[in-house]
This record gives sequence, C-alpha cells and structure tokens, in this order.
Amino acid sequence: MTTTVELTSASKRYGKIEATKDMSFALKAGETIALVGHNGAGKTTLIKLMLGLIRPTTGSVKVLGEDPATGDFAVRQRLGYLPESVSFHMTLTGRETLAFYARLKRVAVSHIDTLFERVGLSPEAANRPVRTYSKGMRQRLGLAQALLGEPRILLLDEPTSGLDPALRRNFYDLITELRGGGATVLLSSHALTELEDRADRVIIVNRGSKIADGTLDELRKLARLPTRISVRLANGASSLEGASWSRTAEGRLEANVAPEDKIALLREVTGDPSMLADLAITEPTLDDLYAHFLNGQKTQ
Amino acid sequence: MTNIIIVARKEIQEGLRNRWVLATTLLLAALALTLSFLGSAPTGNVGVNRLDVVIVSLSSLTIFLIPLIALLISHDAIVGEAERGTMLLLLSYPLGRSEVMLGKFLGHVSILAFATLFGYGASALGLALTSTGIDIESWRSFASMVASSVLLGAVFIAIGYLISTQASERSTAGGIAIGIWLFFVLIYDMALLGALVAGQGQALPSRLLDLLLVANPTDAYRLLNLSSGGASALSGMGGIAGHTRLSTPVLVGALGLWTVLPLAVANFIFARREV
Repeated sequence: MTTTVELTSASKRYGKIEATKDMSFALKAGETIALVGHNGAGKTTLIKLMLGLIRPTTGSVKVLGEDPATGDFAVRQRLGYLPESVSFHMTLTGRETLAFYARLKRVAVSHIDTLFERVGLSPEAANRPVRTYSKGMRQRLGLAQALLGEPRILLLDEPTSGLDPALRRNFYDLITELRGGGATVLLSSHALTELEDRADRVIIVNRGSKIADGTLDELRKLARLPTRISVRLANGASSLEGASWSRTAEGRLEANVAPEDKIALLREVTGDPSMLADLAITEPTLDDLYAHFLNGQKTQ
Repeated sequence: MTNIIIVARKEIQEGLRNRWVLATTLLLAALALTLSFLGSAPTGNVGVNRLDVVIVSLSSLTIFLIPLIALLISHDAIVGEAERGTMLLLLSYPLGRSEVMLGKFLGHVSILAFATLFGYGASALGLALTSTGIDIESWRSFASMVASSVLLGAVFIAIGYLISTQASERSTAGGIAIGIWLFFVLIYDMALLGALVAGQGQALPSRLLDLLLVANPTDAYRLLNLSSGGASALSGMGGIAGHTRLSTPVLVGALGLWTVLPLAVANFIFARREV
C-alpha cells in the first residue's frame, strides 16, 4: 500500500505551549485511522499540519509526497476536510454553498446533486438557507463539501459528535464505501467508543504526544486488560474457592482475570452448576482500553 | 485569477442575500434624492447649474457616509470569518490567502460601486428629467464624482481589511473602525482647521498643507471634487484650492496609494496569521 501522509518528528509550538511533540507516523491508502485524544490533546493541530494551514516548528509533514504548506496547492485538490463543528455562511442556501466550494476545487457544479443524495440531504433542504439547518444537516453538508472531487485523503475532525445514532450509522457506511475506493480516512474523536470498531488503526494522542498506535486487537493485546466475571450464588452456597473474589453491594461475587486465565476460571466456576444462580462476563470496553493508555502515560 | 472571481462572486451573492446591497443602495438613493431636490431650493433657479449644486451636496454626503459604509462591510471580513469558523474551511481549499483577500475586496468594491452608481444615479436622473440646460461639463464632473466616491470607498474597504487582519475579535475590529472613521472624517479636519485659524493662514507653509491634505483620503476626495469647475465657487473650497498645487492626477494617485498600501499590509499580515 502506498503512503499518503507522512509525519517525521513533527512538532508545533504556540508560544510556550507545545501542541504537538515529536510526532511521527505514516498513513496509507485505503486505511481508516482513528485519531483519539481528549479535547486539547493536539488532534486539531495535527490535522491543520496535514492540511498545510500551519507549518511544523521542527520536523516535516508530507502529504501525497509534497509539503502541503507550500507550492501551488495541487495537493489540496485531493484533500477533503471536515472541520470540528463546521460552520457555513448562514444566508446562502446549501446548494449555493456547495457550488462555491465545488468551483474552488474545480469540480463541475453539475456533480453536486449526486453529493447531496450521497449524504442524504433532500433537494428541498438543499435549496433552503443554511441558517435553517439542524446540526445533523450542517454536518451532512460539511461532509458533502469534504467529498468534493473524489479526495484521496479525508481528514474528518470529530465528524460524529452531535449526530444521532441513525445518522452516525449512515455516516460510517459512507466511510466504508470511501475506504473501498482506496482513500485514506482519518477520523478524530475524543472517545474511542464513538468509532464503534470502524477503524483499521487507532492512534491515541495525549498532550501533544503519540501514546499508542496500532489496530484495536493489537492495542487490546498490549493493554492486557482483565475480563470481569461476576456471579450470583445459589441459595446455600456462601463463597467460592480460587481466584480473588470480591463481594459487591448487590451481593454478587466479582473477579478480574487476565485474558489467558479466563477459560480456566470459567471452567472452575461452572464445575458445579447448582451453586450458581447467575453468571456474567464483561469484556473490557473501548473506553477501558482508552483509559488504560491514558493512565499508563500519567504514571510514566 | 479564477479563484479571486469565485470569492468575489460569493461575497456579492451574500451581500444580495443579507440585504446589504439593497440597504446601501436605498439609503444612498434616498439621501441623494432628498439633497438634490430640497438642497437646491435655496439657490432657486438663478443661473447656477443645478447639477453643480448636487455635486457639492453629494460630495459632502459621500465624505460622511461612504467611509462609514465601507468600514461596516469590511471590518469583519477576516476576523468575522475566523470567528465564525468559516475561514478554516476556506483556507483548506486550493487557493492562496491573497486570493481570498483580493476576491473579498473585488466583491465588496462591486457592492459599493453598485450602490453608489444607482443611488446617486437616481438623483441625477431625477434632475435630468425635471430641469433643462445642464451642460456636458457638469455631467463630466458628476461622473468623476461618482467614480471618485467609489475610489474613496475602496480606500476605506482596504483600511477595514487592515483592521480586520489585526484585530483578534470582531468587536475590537468594530471599535477600531468607528475610531478610524471619526478620526478621518471629523477630528482630522477640525484639527487642521484649528491650526489654520490659529495661524491666520500663515502658520502652515503651503507645501506642508498639501501634504496634510493628501494624508487624509477624505480631504483628497474633497479637493478632487470641490475645487474644480462650477463646484469650487459653490463650496468655498476654491480658497484652499487656489493655494495648493495638487492636481487631479496627484489626488487620484493619493487615493490609489491609500487603497494599495493598506491592502498590501493587510495581505502581508493575513499571510502570517495563524489559523
């Protein structure tokens, strides 16, 4: 796979604040990458670096083999960007807005109807001023402008925040379609759960530094988060042998076990089914995983 | 060049949509018609060409109103878009920052030119229909008055951009714009007049006076329109005009410089502004 975006120890400093510290990674064509971090972790700065809106203080940024901050902006023709909480000129209609951006990207204005259809904006809505749009409609219009000109790289800053679940599903279907077409899609988010396992790769940033980079499975393996097993005992039984069980307020017994001990413990617990009234297994969630990496960095 | 026209077109579209174009055109037309029909009442029909009277009234109107309108449209051009969040998206498109600014400039000047042409044109038309004997010379002065009004507008649009690139908030830009307007339109002339009166016409060497007059674009505009032809006798500017050696090309050049310089500085600052 070809590399589309490459950051080599890029840093960006605003006065005394280091928004991005020594960041290095390469993004490939056909990859969907989740850029995850708290608000203020440096996600937007990274995206601005890739767009060439700001220049790195040190290090280099290459997009499609070129420096995005210089030159004749040919690179930007192949880039789609959806800013965090996108806003438009309120008095223009959706159609006029998209036509304006299409002209700037030298995309035939006749193509915009298919785009409206693709993001699910009705022709009636497209002819209304943006002022009357709901948050979800604005986000759809924002996505439509990012999709102008079949971009090879899509940079989407918090694209699903504020969208209802149905819209979010619809949105991720579009992303899957684009990935199939060989585009690099970078999604930023402040929570890993927002991404619903849609990303091939996760990059976690905190305070301007990269603290984890890999597929969700790789990150799960790295984190070695315990599985929680919770049981309610049948009448008569009072305790269980073996693993370190703790009693909860509801009278259940709970144990946290490492992934490799999980099966052994389950076999042991279920050895005498008459002892158990109920059993529940909770796998670590994406939020747990995210918290693990963030906490790991704090203790370092 | 294409990008400049695309941006200009969008500015005009927005101006039409948010009624800026309509409001300024109607305001200028209403004031111009009022001035040309009521303002000429005292002179009656005694010999003086009525269009010359209108030129004098409209020039005075321009000096107050056009800089104000120009600053109102332009002070928010950069900082307003940055604050609303539309600038970030625009700059991620394949166009240069100077193209953004020049496109906006072209759009805003077009809006102002349209409003001036039709607003003042309405009064000229009214006059042409109701009176006779307006000579071609007066029409030429009228045309040059309209053209220089647009030029004065361009000066203050450029100054507005300079304010807009410097300010970090819209409200600050608005405040500075009002301050600039007060300074050039009211305070500067009062101070100059004060100095002239205090020195009884002797304190300022004429070369310095010339310099002081072109150092304020509204004064350059005033001299350009009120010191020649039939208007000079009516406006009382003939006195000053007699002393200065500022010719029409020099005054037009001064106004041109007043447009290009702020625009260039604004461009320079905008190119370095962090988004």
